[in-house]
Amino acid sequence: MIAEAGHYALVLALALALIQSTLPILGARWRDPALMNVARSTALAQLLFVAASFAALVTLHVTSDFSIVNVFENSHSLKPLIYKITGVWGNHEGSMLLWVSILALFGGLVAAFGNNLPLSLRAHVLAVQAWIASAFYLFILITSNPFLRIANPPIEGRDLNPVLQDIGLAVHPPMLYLGYVGFSISFSFAVAALLEGRIDAAWARWVRPWTLVAWIFLTLGIAMGSYWAYYELGWGGWWFWDPVENASLMPWLAGTALLHSAVVMEKRNALKVWTILLSILTFSLSLLGTFLVRSGVLTSVHAFATDPTRGVFILLILCIFIGGSLTLYAWRASALKQGGLFAPISREGALVLNNLFLTTACATVFIGTLYPLALEVLTGEKISVGAPFFNLTFAPLFLPLMIAVPFGPLLAWKRGDLLGAAQRLTAAGVAALFAIAVLWAWTRGGSALAPLAIGLAVFVIAGALSDLAERTGLFRVPFGTAMRRARGLPRSSWGTVFAHAGVGVALIGIVCETTWNSEYIGSMKPDDVAKIAGYELKLDGVTQRQGPNFREMVAQFTVSLDGKLLSTMTPSKRNFTTRAMSTTEAALLTRGASQLYISLGDTAADGAIAVRIYHKPLVLLIWFGPVLMAVGGMLSLSDRRLRVGAPKPAKVPRGLQAAE
Amino acid sequence: MTRKQRRLTIIGGSLAVLAVAAALVLNAMRDSIVFFSTPAMVAEKHIQAGKRFRLGGLVQPGSLVRGDHLAVTFSVADGSATLPVSYKGILPDLFREGQGVVAEGALDSSGVFKADTVLAKHDETYMPKEVADALKKQGHWKDDYGRKPDYSVKSAGGTSLAPQAKQGISQ
Repeated sequence: MIAEAGHYALVLALALALIQSTLPILGARWRDPALMNVARSTALAQLLFVAASFAALVTLHVTSDFSIVNVFENSHSLKPLIYKITGVWGNHEGSMLLWVSILALFGGLVAAFGNNLPLSLRAHVLAVQAWIASAFYLFILITSNPFLRIANPPIEGRDLNPVLQDIGLAVHPPMLYLGYVGFSISFSFAVAALLEGRIDAAWARWVRPWTLVAWIFLTLGIAMGSYWAYYELGWGGWWFWDPVENASLMPWLAGTALLHSAVVMEKRNALKVWTILLSILTFSLSLLGTFLVRSGVLTSVHAFATDPTRGVFILLILCIFIGGSLTLYAWRASALKQGGLFAPISREGALVLNNLFLTTACATVFIGTLYPLALEVLTGEKISVGAPFFNLTFAPLFLPLMIAVPFGPLLAWKRGDLLGAAQRLTAAGVAALFAIAVLWAWTRGGSALAPLAIGLAVFVIAGALSDLAERTGLFRVPFGTAMRRARGLPRSSWGTVFAHAGVGVALIGIVCETTWNSEYIGSMKPDDVAKIAGYELKLDGVTQRQGPNFREMVAQFTVSLDGKLLSTMTPSKRNFTTRAMSTTEAALLTRGASQLYISLGDTAADGAIAVRIYHKPLVLLIWFGPVLMAVGGMLSLSDRRLRVGAPKPAKVPRGLQAAE
Repeated sequence: MTRKQRRLTIIGGSLAVLAVAAALVLNAMRDSIVFFSTPAMVAEKHIQAGKRFRLGGLVQPGSLVRGDHLAVTFSVADGSATLPVSYKGILPDLFREGQGVVAEGALDSSGVFKADTVLAKHDETYMPKEVADALKKQGHWKDDYGRKPDYSVKSAGGTSLAPQAKQGISQ
């Protein structure tokens, strides 16, 4: 009954989306406010029905109704409650339902908070949003219905993939989808602007917070996923340049570029055409990511060829939306008038440079991800493009960007003074050189690149701080005055400082982890001692334990430093009987920002157990950096000018340029 | 600065960055792409010692020998040829004899494949796609290899190979 209700709610949501995708456009055409307002109510109703459908699937999973294929394949009655809930999106059908739920959520938010938008713009935005929604509702209903029943219901389910039975699944996919799907708003705004044939600064002021929200979630989602892979997969890697990861990195890079170009558009009314293009590209990359992950094309090109319904459907959605929006862009973009002038050395110029490097870096990731697929489809030859490729292409493009980061905020709009900015960055440069010198002396004979990279990171962080010092007049005016000024600074300036510093912090973590990571791999018997980075780890013993739906072998290690007892660590190996799979649960010991990491391997016949122990210096900074970036994003989001909303066009609208 | 000049500056800058990026990509494509081979292809192509590639096939049953300090040797077969592999470290959770495996490394001078990575399979029904494709081509593919256990479903959904764990994680 619940399943049928959920299915029906989804069908109703599709019907609503179809109405929402046509009537408001007609309303805008005929200048009929009543028709345009249909968008608002249908968007809210759509959200209601999708939420009901999603709630139905959650209920089915929680009550372990194994007469539903989706529950049977991915759940088990003994599974802890939290994994019964997260298991809802731990599979294809459920995660697509989550995808459309979030899409409807964003549509609902625009409908609810978009009262100060021009009526026709809101109607257009919500209609475009409904086009996307209709396509994906159809996809779910036709190819991946989560509410299918089984004729003869089995007694027990097949359990969720053990690797996914982790708290990470509760947080990572929803965050990532909030990011991916959030970019649909800027896409809808871009297409709406093209349809209307006009665009103004108020448009940018509206798009920016939505992009920012999506970007914050995507940043946190990627960081969370990386940390999850780090502790769950058992060998301490945190980024693999795996196509699935690249699928989320590409929209992030394009989204970051969009965030910055929207600033130029909002403040200076320039780069309009480019901002529109970036909005389209960012969401297109999100769609591409959905295609890569959801169509099975990565697992096997052949699996894709033998069961093409899903893949072809998403590919079709991809072609229609990307092709359609780009065609519209080519047709209408020339109608948008050029914005303000600026010199190459200026804040705008710096942001253009930022966009140039981010999009180029994004393009290299795109090539590295899709080239092997294309080659296999065209010639049948199999290659693997792994970390070395990306290290050789992505890293060199990111370096100049990092050097440029501190300069940007110090340049004035329109015409900047590079020399002046450089002078104001003297302190940051000195700090960076100092860091390089100290590290060089300390790690003599080691890699020369690591100190240089850390110096660069220090430069970025110190540069962000000197921007702050510059704005508050710290060291030039009395301390109290500087503090007052700091309080009075726009939150978005604080956001910039935090986000830019976060980039530097993450870079320090990455460099330290990859350069000074030490590892010990060996087989140990009880009372054996392993030594790593000054720590001594003694294996006390191995015990067996029964979990709710698994058996686990737990090893206990005592960790001591210089003969002083610190703590115990208990890595384990779990065996899930239902799927006959085992997972490795690594044990982590955090010391400051560094971590000790133990994961277990096989047990030999003589009782010796294979262990992997890593000491990862400052590894936590890798994820602390993105968290700082997200904090910066939130600060920027709470800026007063975004809270008070877009200004009403003045009597003589300078920024407003109608195409007609 | 006029609009035209500004546009030229931006276009020039963009072209320069794109050219650099293209050079980087081409350079990386030349050096860091790893080709995939099965033992039979290795024998055919006479791959030089020291050149990195990925070796895929089935772990020959009975060939796994564990030495001291986590050193292991095993053979990889594809039905027509076998190649000895040596590896030091912890094998993935689901490494089994008779199952598919992908190892990355290079041949040494005596013709033994020195692997530095043995790629994990994440499910007992999952086979690395390169291995599955190569075996299919050579006719050693058993059709029921990746099939899920039977159960009756009202309407047929697609069955596919179980996804890799990484893909699962990103769901």
